[in-house]
Amino acid sequence: MSLTLFFAQALNGIQLGVLLFLLAAGLTLVFGIMNFVNLAHGSLYMMGAFIAATIYNYSGSFMLAAVGVVVAMIVIGVALDRIALSRLYDRDHLDQVLATFGMILFFNELTRMIWGPSPYNMQVPPMFEGTIDLFGIAYPLYRFIIILVGLAVALGCYLLIHKTRIGMLIRAGSSNRMMVGALGVNIRMLNTMLFALGAALAGIAGLMAGPILSVQTGMGEPVLILTMVVIVIGGIGSVRGAFLAALIVGLVDTLGRSILPWILREVLSPSAANAAGPAIASMLIYVMMALILALRPQGLFPVRHG
Amino acid sequence: MKMSPRSVATVLILLFLGCVPIYAQLANEPFFLGLFGRVLVYAIAAVSLNLLLGYGGLVSFGHALFFGLGAYAVGILAHHGIDNGWLHLVAAIGVCAAIGLLSGYVVLRTTGIAFIMITLAFAQMFYFLAVSLNEYGGDDGMSLFQGSNFGVFKLDDPLSLYYVSFAILLAVLFGMHKLIGSRFGMVIRGTQANERRMKAMGFSTLRYKLMAYVLAAVVCGIAGVLIANLTLYTSPSYMAWTTSGELVVMVVLGGLGTIMGPVAGAVAFLILEEVLKGQTEHWMLYLGLIIVVIVMVSRRGIFGNLPGASR
Repeated sequence: MSLTLFFAQALNGIQLGVLLFLLAAGLTLVFGIMNFVNLAHGSLYMMGAFIAATIYNYSGSFMLAAVGVVVAMIVIGVALDRIALSRLYDRDHLDQVLATFGMILFFNELTRMIWGPSPYNMQVPPMFEGTIDLFGIAYPLYRFIIILVGLAVALGCYLLIHKTRIGMLIRAGSSNRMMVGALGVNIRMLNTMLFALGAALAGIAGLMAGPILSVQTGMGEPVLILTMVVIVIGGIGSVRGAFLAALIVGLVDTLGRSILPWILREVLSPSAANAAGPAIASMLIYVMMALILALRPQGLFPVRHG
Repeated sequence: MKMSPRSVATVLILLFLGCVPIYAQLANEPFFLGLFGRVLVYAIAAVSLNLLLGYGGLVSFGHALFFGLGAYAVGILAHHGIDNGWLHLVAAIGVCAAIGLLSGYVVLRTTGIAFIMITLAFAQMFYFLAVSLNEYGGDDGMSLFQGSNFGVFKLDDPLSLYYVSFAILLAVLFGMHKLIGSRFGMVIRGTQANERRMKAMGFSTLRYKLMAYVLAAVVCGIAGVLIANLTLYTSPSYMAWTTSGELVVMVVLGGLGTIMGPVAGAVAFLILEEVLKGQTEHWMLYLGLIIVVIVMVSRRGIFGNLPGASR
């Protein structure tokens, strides 16, 4: 394998990583503060992708699609939280898993009713077409933009959480929700805001992923499961952990798929390598997750308490 | 003797399931045999999950893994021309016990959300393994040309398959009844209520939980053997996370921690699904809404709401 290919694959891994971070950031905070398992987060991402693709296809403006999807996702997020999820915060995890599982079925069928069963098309905007020269490698400009957007959002999250009053409340809430509530902070309100923020980030992830993946019913679940892996590896409730774990998962998954078959061909016969390579590569991050949890059940970068 | 509503419901459901083949024969509706055959298989799987979910307090979101392993044990052996049912059964039980033991040792070290996620991760791991097995159909799965042959009876005959499934369900229910009342069952339930106290009393709770995990895995694997025979087909979708989710829905719908609850849940869920499918193309939308409403309204499930013995 050449160095340039390795470099391009590493960039692809980072690009997958920042997309996962966009989803994981919102999810991990709701996990951490309300101790709430939200399987429907992948559905928010899917709704975001559909809404963004629709706005873009009708208006032709990527900026309008970005603004529209953020507004729409905040509305959906607040509505979902107020109508259904807030009733589930005091329940045990099993009820939360079940109810949000039901919501996945609901949203999947909803998109199939509105947009039909076949994938909905969204093109890369003309202004982001073409490639960019990165250290002598021609890399698709749009993918590079995704990395930039992801890093910008990560920086924004860092500033929000560490430099603002709301961020202070979020950090306090994830350490001890009851105590923060007792000090007179409206923790439900804070959580609804967080949920809306998470929904907006999921919508942005859907918008960015739309042109490079196919926008279709059920697109949320594989990403949701990867996001769960990110959160559990990173430590529940930790945005810093989510960021680092998202990059680790993105890189391990992408590089594993491209490098592993190549390594196996060196040691095994070609036919055995071709059969085993993709299998092991797709299992890789789950094996990694199992190993990490077996050794460090609290995750790699847990929230520091006390 | 006056029977509690719970016992009456138990007897009625089992009588009904036992009489389905007679009705299917008289009304000449072989479709019912297939539908309720599926109900029986899912009921067995749901009962096994209930041992973890309802009695052990272990929220496994990857139980379909063992369902799929059982189905693949049949599928892979049949693919190579081995149709000996006993061999299928031994392979399914052996694989499920081995993987249940290994994965259980890892997953049971975690609790709470991490436990839910890591059980899901293990199921996904094997799901992707199954998808990549191109020789055995990969993503599309593969059809089986013969069912398990147990010598005296063959499972590709719908009627014998139905009654074998029914007999296994009865045996599993009886076994659960005995198990839950036994010392082992007490320890498992005690662990759910207060693990720290059980440890303080000197029980090695990990060992008990691991035994329950392996036992549930094996029983679910047997259900997998049956589903492969029922559909004469095996595919990665049997271990997809949506299948795990459906099993959890059945257990909760029927009543967590009740012997018959998962059976009632499987009957209710699969019939509901069938009715919705007949009504509308967009049945999943309504199924999703119904699940959300059920979780919000009722916390104890069908059997949990019937008065009767606590277990």
